[in-house]
Amino acid sequence: MSENQVFDGTQGYISDGDLSAVVNAANVLQRPLLIKGEPGTGKTRLAEAVAESLGRPLVTWHVKSTTKATDGLYHYDVVQRLNDSRFGDGDVSDLRKYIRMGPVGKAFQMQEPCVLLIDEIDKADIEFPNDLLRELDDMAFHIPELDETVRATHRPFILITSNAEKELPDAFLRRCVFHYLGFPDRGRMAKIVRVHHPHVEQDLLDASIERFYTLRAVSNLRKAPTTSELIDWLGLLMHAGVSPDAVGKDTRFLGVLLKQESDLGRVRDDTERRA
Amino acid sequence: MPSDSSPFDQFFFVLRSAGVPVGVTEWLTFLEALKAGVIGSADELYAIGRSILCRTEADYDAFDLAFATAFEEATLPEDLASKVAEWLEEAARRFDEDRARREETRTAEELWRDLLDTMREQTERHDGGNRWVGTGGTSPFGHSGYASRGIRVGGEGRNRSAISVAMERRWASHRTDEPYQVRNLQVALRALRDLGRDGALELDLDATIERTCRNAGDIEIVEHRARANRVHLVLLMDSGGSMAPHARRVSRLFDAAERLGTFKSMQAYAFHNCVYDVLWDESGDEGRVPTDRLIRDLGPRHRVLFVGDACMAPYELFSPHGWPPEEASTGLEMLERIQRACGASAWLNPEPRRYWNHPTIRAVQGVFEMHELTVDGIREAVQGLRTPRPPRGFS
Repeated sequence: MSENQVFDGTQGYISDGDLSAVVNAANVLQRPLLIKGEPGTGKTRLAEAVAESLGRPLVTWHVKSTTKATDGLYHYDVVQRLNDSRFGDGDVSDLRKYIRMGPVGKAFQMQEPCVLLIDEIDKADIEFPNDLLRELDDMAFHIPELDETVRATHRPFILITSNAEKELPDAFLRRCVFHYLGFPDRGRMAKIVRVHHPHVEQDLLDASIERFYTLRAVSNLRKAPTTSELIDWLGLLMHAGVSPDAVGKDTRFLGVLLKQESDLGRVRDDTERRA
Repeated sequence: MPSDSSPFDQFFFVLRSAGVPVGVTEWLTFLEALKAGVIGSADELYAIGRSILCRTEADYDAFDLAFATAFEEATLPEDLASKVAEWLEEAARRFDEDRARREETRTAEELWRDLLDTMREQTERHDGGNRWVGTGGTSPFGHSGYASRGIRVGGEGRNRSAISVAMERRWASHRTDEPYQVRNLQVALRALRDLGRDGALELDLDATIERTCRNAGDIEIVEHRARANRVHLVLLMDSGGSMAPHARRVSRLFDAAERLGTFKSMQAYAFHNCVYDVLWDESGDEGRVPTDRLIRDLGPRHRVLFVGDACMAPYELFSPHGWPPEEASTGLEMLERIQRACGASAWLNPEPRRYWNHPTIRAVQGVFEMHELTVDGIREAVQGLRTPRPPRGFS
């Protein structure tokens, strides 16, 4: 790892001082970086930005509720081999043909340092993170079928995201550098939106962001709108040519921001009453 | 390592006493970061320190308070300040004695372990000491002394900005010991599970290969059931008048349990002050449900969570209700029958623990483990529900 590579956001990803400092610290300390935050705060996009700005390839492991820790290391396709031995005509004595590397295995075997993203780790079983501890500590794992050990050629920068649907085990948390990605404030939000809509007029941008944060502040919404919904909504406002003054009163596109029927109904009634 | 890290000793103590569970591993990592030179300003000290020393955003608020205390004179909640003061003095004295004696022969890790042990003992001994840190000028953890050395990384101006960020207490709403959100409740409830093999069918690869080999290559598929949660959750909620101020918190818990979807089944019933012969179905549309039927349906995999203030007129708990009189039972007997019929049960009380000194609350506590209706309280309750205990007898 070269230490002169420093992360400070990219053209498409607006970082802030805290986040950049933490990313760089995790990189230097060679600890996995655990990023937690509400959906829509840009956790996954952060990994892409880190890879881009450090000039490293990105290996992604999307975790699902059924994912097991060993899936990330390698998969021995024993059924394929059995099938080939019965019906195929190839040589089945070469086990290597039936061993496929998972994302962690791929990251370890890379010929250059990479960024390994373990996305939404909290989707899997509660024990999942613990099952990965040893491999991530040692930067190596064993394949009993080949009696071989896969050792990381270059230590990958490991970035882990969590939506906080489950609590992660303490032993796992102790090894990570942890950062909670708070919801962006208005200033940072304006910069983020501008990345996606570079030609938006300042007045319209300000008005839509104002309206967006007002909506988020409405207590008891079942689901508060997030960044990506704001970006979509602004796109619609621009397309429909809504003037900045009308943003607060327009209810036509609110469905893009509010996905729960009851939320939408309440806000719509509210807006119409005031209008 | 201890000698060049000493400016931060106070920070460590303050963090621990503010409730951030900093252990040896995190602290050593933090010292490593200081040595590696990735921390070049007070802002970075704040951001990187927090990322290493906190494991969850619930600790951010305590971290902010500790950061502000350790690195700048700052106002603290009264109780915390006195806690820090009494605890620090004793820990500092004992650790210093220890250090003088052992520094030569011990590794850094052993030393920090000793320090932690010292502090663990200290948290259990709340005697003596009421001076604020360093005001007497004798404490080795004197405030201005270490703070001025410790903060040299940044310089005055930037230091101030990190402190002021810390003092905004932006993370106060993330503390788990404070009022709660559906999401946090779900995280706490999710731990309530008892896995058994009764989920969807899955291919058992090893068994399939074994059988296929025995069949000389004729493929024979073996399947087994996936693991699934076997817990049936039953929520019994007090809807009596004294519960009105807590209605929102109760309904959030109900929402959390209902939307979680990880239980084998989830039922919710309402009762008024105490459980009598009839309950009101809240999760379905059955209306009135005889309590006897619920009790009959309860089994070892049922976990029953009561939510109520357990505060009622004594006759509601102790006098027989029902008809005919020979079959009448008291509210307390009903509670005991439910407690015995299910695998495990607990009681969540929306009132803070300090108000629990009431005859009916004490009687209910004789039947159920009682916890506060907070995220932490629910977490404790769930911990108890995971391991069914043998039923209690009559007391």
